[in-house]
Amino acid sequence: MREALILHALVAPGFFQSAAVRTALLMGAIVAVANGLVGIFVVIRGQAFLGHALSDVGAAGGAGAALVGVQVLWGFLAGGFVSGALADAGLSESRGRDVATGIVLATALGFGALFLYLITTTTSNANITQTVLFGSIFTINPALLPSMGLLSLGTVALLTFIYRPLLYVSVIPEVARARGIPLRLINLLYLVVVVAAVEQAALMVGALLSTALIVGPAAIAVRLTSRPGLRLGVAAVVGVAATSLGILLAYDSFYWPPAGRGWPDSFFISTLILLGYLAVTLRTRHDRRTLPGDRSSTP
Amino acid sequence: MTRPDSPPAAGSAPAPLLELRQVRVTLGHRTVLDDISVVVEAGQFVGVIGPNGAGKTTLLRVILGLLPPSAGEVLLGGTTLRQAHGRLGRVGYVPQALSGDANPPLRARDLVDLGIDGERFGIPLPNRRRRARVDAILERVGALHYANAPLGALSGGERQRLLIAQALVAEPDVLLLDEPLSNLDIKSAHETVELVAQLVRERRIAALLVAHDMNPLLGSMDQVLYLAHGRAAVGPADKVVRSDVLTELYGYAVEVLRVQGRVVVVTGESEAAVPTEAPHHGGGGRGPRPADGAPSQPGGGGDA
Repeated sequence: MREALILHALVAPGFFQSAAVRTALLMGAIVAVANGLVGIFVVIRGQAFLGHALSDVGAAGGAGAALVGVQVLWGFLAGGFVSGALADAGLSESRGRDVATGIVLATALGFGALFLYLITTTTSNANITQTVLFGSIFTINPALLPSMGLLSLGTVALLTFIYRPLLYVSVIPEVARARGIPLRLINLLYLVVVVAAVEQAALMVGALLSTALIVGPAAIAVRLTSRPGLRLGVAAVVGVAATSLGILLAYDSFYWPPAGRGWPDSFFISTLILLGYLAVTLRTRHDRRTLPGDRSSTP
Repeated sequence: MTRPDSPPAAGSAPAPLLELRQVRVTLGHRTVLDDISVVVEAGQFVGVIGPNGAGKTTLLRVILGLLPPSAGEVLLGGTTLRQAHGRLGRVGYVPQALSGDANPPLRARDLVDLGIDGERFGIPLPNRRRRARVDAILERVGALHYANAPLGALSGGERQRLLIAQALVAEPDVLLLDEPLSNLDIKSAHETVELVAQLVRERRIAALLVAHDMNPLLGSMDQVLYLAHGRAAVGPADKVVRSDVLTELYGYAVEVLRVQGRVVVVTGESEAAVPTEAPHHGGGGRGPRPADGAPSQPGGGGDA
């Protein structure tokens, strides 16, 4: 009886009955697993910014898709792959790359703004800006579930396939090259995997916040354990936990002020990830200070 | 003498693990390596010495098969690189250091584990044999006690042992070490050289160690491959590191000095072939620093 009351206080009525919630939870779990696993490599390679660049162009793609009446997910993916191709082309020359990147990203978002303006002024779709930039998990079309499932499965399968050479290339590239590993091919496949993961996340939490799902759970996992296998599992579990809890809070927030409309799920998910990261960071700092015979890193 | 393209016949002496025959490399109009020949038998430790830009790294790239020679050939165990299609695993490579200042969040043992079959696709399932193999090689290089430490917590010397272990775990015939000493203090450098020398003898492999300074290698190497301006002088150190031999190699007067048990090569170039991180002299702030003071005055006249 008491348990039921507590549950009632935590979970607003109707949570488990709602079809939209069930779709959101399932979709969230699918996306979080793929992002957690791929994120491990984004963290190992120190490329959080790459994820962000991909999602910026993805936003323009998503808005463009909505404008011509195509499912936003495909627009996200198209934008992501264009951005990935640009990133790949830009990897060869490093000088002036940050300037070029900055200009391209700004232009992409500019186009996104134009598309969103056109949609909101010419149609009755007033929520599209929120959907594209910040996500809107309860309005996702359940018919997308199979596509998302396959996309996520494909992402994880490709990552599993390239796992070993990718780790080699990410950690000791000169040795990997000496071993005959095709660096360019592996880096290209890695880019494909990252684009797929980031743009799935964009559908959940919006283009602007999709980096949180790919980098956050992986960063937490890397701080929590140094065992490679366990680390993959932890990243996936943390991702699923953060999205599920975020969805629950977003649902609850329908009853919160200013009432009537729920708070954005992306706010909850990204905040939960940040809190988790802070907790883990403080814990490892504390551990390190109290570790007997601490090794200071020497060059 | 085995012919270059015939496999070693039973009964005859085994082919050398590594042989270069008149290798030449031209990049654009520049000849980076010219007429390099060397034979390295099992159990031999070769020091590849030379100033910057002499072609040391190019030589390693040729042996690794990353750069095809413009002329001449490279033989591994008597077969050409092209024939030895399964080159993977036969030549182990040890880089200067973990790339950049990046601290990949991996444990020491994970780095070594990559060396087993890192080029294969798919995720390796952890199993006891794999773990035992990593443990064995970690123990051999003296790194077992920090097997589970994160790479970021280890010193340069400790990481160098791991890089050697990760190359050795694939059981290569030939080990190439690309300036492994340049980021190490003198003590770690000597330990690393000693370790490589032991490994070469007990595993009957061949090792080429590229170094800027030959002094840490003097007591251990069987041959020196001295590179200057793309050409090489090859042989035992006392036959190669001599004023007359190096003068001919460089094409102008070069003097080899032996000071306090160290060899110093004084060239007419602004950069001496051997840097002078002289060991601590007991007292007196400014001890005599060989070569450092007089880099541009080779004895016996100017440039030829």
